[in-house]
Amino acid sequence: MKELTHPWRVERETLTRSEAETDPKYGCQPGSRPLAEHIRYGFVNIDKPAGPSSHEVTAWVKRIMGVNHAGHGGTLEAHKAGEIQA
Amino acid sequence: MTGVLPIALQESTKALQALLAGGKEYICVMKLHGDIEYEKVIRVFKEFVGEIYQRPPLRSSVKRQVRTRTVYYNHVLQIKERNVLFRMGCQAGTYVRKIAHDIGEVLGCGAHIVEIRRTRSGFYTENNSLVTLHDLSDAYAYWKEGDEQPLSSSILPMETAVELLPKVWVKDSAVGAICHGAHLAVPGISKLNSRIRERDLLAVITLKDELVALGEAQISGEKMVEEDHGIAAKTVRVIMAVNAYPKAW
Repeated sequence: MKELTHPWRVERETLTRSEAETDPKYGCQPGSRPLAEHIRYGFVNIDKPAGPSSHEVTAWVKRIMGVNHAGHGGTLEAHKAGEIQA
Repeated sequence: MTGVLPIALQESTKALQALLAGGKEYICVMKLHGDIEYEKVIRVFKEFVGEIYQRPPLRSSVKRQVRTRTVYYNHVLQIKERNVLFRMGCQAGTYVRKIAHDIGEVLGCGAHIVEIRRTRSGFYTENNSLVTLHDLSDAYAYWKEGDEQPLSSSILPMETAVELLPKVWVKDSAVGAICHGAHLAVPGISKLNSRIRERDLLAVITLKDELVALGEAQISGEKMVEEDHGIAAKTVRVIMAVNAYPKAW
């Protein structure tokens, strides 16, 4: 069946310009952040239920997680009964 | 409408812009308003792959002028009576209900979407720590009772948001300056992904793979390797905390 290359299939190699070391004193690998940091620099991949708007779901996540800021990427059902935009 | 909805917490909201351009995948049930033979439905679905023209619907969040969107694939999975189950991969900003409506017009009978589920938004899929609000709420409660594991595994690092962008790894000595808003100069680069073009949105990351900033390539990837000086990428959005790495300039 007809299929085009899509963005999640693009393969990239890694090129080296100049080798360098990173000092373990600073920063932290994304997978090793302590939980409080992991939340501050985190995303949740929510399975949106039918009914509430993306905006409402985001507000709930904010409340559940007790964070001041949360935002979603790409509206699912902006106007509930209306149209969705990818 | 259900499915994949990536939500950024706190500092990672700064990285949301990287997600907006990400492609989407949907699985949908469409109802035909008449009896159409199988082969014809398949044929018309194939016409809606590639570049399509679309006028945003009445209730939409953008200006209502005809624009083009790319449908990457459009697979009919099953047809039962007047119900068509299909999976579609498309560019950000494609109106799926509108496509179904247009397919109905071409078929001559009319059609509408009965059910729709998003199965991908950029890097995020259903196989990628997808959690319900319920799961998340429980995981948070476990944490308050002393068990971090469920919450920790419900959260993905913000670096996942830039997973599909081309990356540039910068030396420790360049991080501080970029966090202060400086543009990325060529000598600050250690490694980079292949096939970077001028104007591409880039993820600027440390050698520990932490996201520092979003940048816009000012030169091609080949030049980033060859040149000795000059600006490689303009800093579009700083994400890392200013003091995470020392000042080295």
